[in-house]
Amino acid sequence: MKLITAVIKPFRLDDVRNALAEVGVQGMTVTEVKGFGRQRGHTELYRGAEYVVDFLPKVKVEVALTDDLVERAIEAIVESAKTGKVGDGKIFVTDLGEVYRIRTGETGDEAI
Amino acid sequence: MKPSKGVFRVTALIRTTSLLITLGIWPAIGWGQAIDTGDTAWMLTSTTLVLFMTLPGLALFYAGLVRSRNVLSVVMQCFSIACMVSVIWVVCGYSLAFTGGIGGFIGGLSKAWLSGVGVDALSGTYPETVFVMFQLTFAIITPALFVGAFAERMRFSAMLLFTAAWVLLVYFPVAHWVWGGGWLGAMGFRDFAGGAVVHVTAGVAAVAAALVMGNRQGFPDTPMPPHNLPMTVTGACMLWVGWFGFNAGSALAADGAAGMAMLVTHISASMGSLTWMTAEWVKFGKPSVLGIVTGMVAGLATITPASGFVGPMGALVIGVAGGLGCFLATQFMKRTLKIDDSLDVFPVHGVGGMIGLVLTAVFSAAALGGLGLDEGVSIMGQLGIQILGILATFVWCAVVSFVLLKVVNVITPLRVSGEEETEGLDLVLHEERGYNL
Repeated sequence: MKLITAVIKPFRLDDVRNALAEVGVQGMTVTEVKGFGRQRGHTELYRGAEYVVDFLPKVKVEVALTDDLVERAIEAIVESAKTGKVGDGKIFVTDLGEVYRIRTGETGDEAI
Repeated sequence: MKPSKGVFRVTALIRTTSLLITLGIWPAIGWGQAIDTGDTAWMLTSTTLVLFMTLPGLALFYAGLVRSRNVLSVVMQCFSIACMVSVIWVVCGYSLAFTGGIGGFIGGLSKAWLSGVGVDALSGTYPETVFVMFQLTFAIITPALFVGAFAERMRFSAMLLFTAAWVLLVYFPVAHWVWGGGWLGAMGFRDFAGGAVVHVTAGVAAVAAALVMGNRQGFPDTPMPPHNLPMTVTGACMLWVGWFGFNAGSALAADGAAGMAMLVTHISASMGSLTWMTAEWVKFGKPSVLGIVTGMVAGLATITPASGFVGPMGALVIGVAGGLGCFLATQFMKRTLKIDDSLDVFPVHGVGGMIGLVLTAVFSAAALGGLGLDEGVSIMGQLGIQILGILATFVWCAVVSFVLLKVVNVITPLRVSGEEETEGLDLVLHEERGYNL
C-alpha cells in the first residue's frame, strides 16, 4: 500500500480528481496549502508599499492506494496536473504501514 | 462653512469692529430670521450623512486596511471616539468652538452644557440643535481620521486620553478660528467645509503620532497587506456619499450653493480616482482597487475647502491636483521618509487639504469659473491669507499634538508591547476576535 501526496496547482484540482476517479481511485483528501519551490512568488503593491509574496497557494491531494493502482494513479495525476510551466507541483510516494476503516474495522487493502 | 451674504456683511463688520468679537456678539446664530423647513430638512439630512461617514464608513475603510488581528481595534477606536467626542461637545466643545470668546482664539463657555440651546433656538434659518449636531459630526470624524496613523499599535486607553485632550486643544480652537468667529475667519480665510479644520489638523496629528510612537514592528520590510479590500471599498463608497452632506451641507442651506458644492465634490472625487489610478498604472504597471478608492478620498479631501467657492472646471483641476499630489506624497512618506503613518492619513488628508486650500484662492476667481473672491481681494491676496491659515493650523496642531502625545505617554504608555503587537490588538486589548471562521 502506498500513500501518494501530490501538491498541484489549485485550478487543476477538478481534472486531477476526475482522472483519478477514472483509474479507479475511490477516495482522497484535499487540503489548501501554501508553499514554494522553483516557481517564484509574486509581488503585491498597496499604495506603493511593495511586498514579495513567497508562499503561493497550492492544493495538496492525498490518496491511499493498493500497490496495483499506484503506477496508473501517478500517470493520471501527471497528465491532468501538467501545464508545462514552472510550479506544476510534485508527487511524493510513501509506503503505508497500515490502514483501518473505522466503521467496520477492516484493515489492509480492504480498508482502502 | 460658507457664510451667507448676510454673514459676509457681518464678517466685514467684525473685521472692523473687533470689539464685537470680544463681547461675543459674532454668532453664526440667531438673526431673528424665520425657520425655513427646506433648509432644516437638508441640514438634518446632511448631519446624518456626515455621521454615516465615520460610522460605519471610515471605520470599515480603515478596518479593511489593517491585518485581520487588528480589525476590531480600529472599529473600536472610531466608535469610541464618536461617543466620547459627542459628550465633550455637549459639555463644552460646542461652546468653545462657536461662541464669542477670547481674542478670536477660542470661544467662551456661555453655551457649556448646551445652555440656551432649546427647541426654539435658531441658527440662521434652521434650529440651533441641528447646527450643534451638524458641527458635532465634523468634530467626530476629525480625530477618527488620525486613527489610521497609529493603527495596529496604540493602546486603547492612551488613544482615548490623547483624543480627548486633542479635541479640546486643537480641534475646538481651530474650528473657532475658522468658523466660529475667530481670527482666521475674520481675515477672510476660505475653508468651506474643513480643509484646514478637519483634514490638515487630522493629517498633522497623524504625522506627530507616527513619529512619536514609531513604526510598526517590521515596517517597511514585513508585508502588511490589507486584510479585506472589499470592506475598504465599501467604507470608501460610504465616505463618497457621506461627503455630499459634509460639503453641500456646509452651505448651511438648501440652495444653489449647496447644489454647486455637491456637483464639484462629485467631480473632484471622480477626477481624483482616475488620476491616482492612472499614476499607479504608469508608475507600477497595474491599476489597483486600493489606488482608485484612495484617489477618491484624495479628490474629496482636496475639494473640501474649495467646495463652496469653485465651479465645475475648477473642480476638475482640483481633482487632478489632489489625486496626483496625494499619490506622490504617499510614495514619499512610505518609500523615502519611511514614516509609518500606517493608513496614509497625512499624505491623503493633510496634503489634500493643503492643496485644496491653496487652489481655493485660485479657482474662487470668477474669471476661472469660481463664485468670485471677496470685493477688493485679488487671487494673490487670497493666496496669502490661505497660506497663513495653513501655516497657523499646521504649526499649532503639530506642536500641541506632539506635546500631548509626550504627556500622555508619561501618564500611560502609548504603545502596546512588542509581543502584544504581534498577537494583535483585538485579543490583547479587547479579548475578541474579528473572525471566528
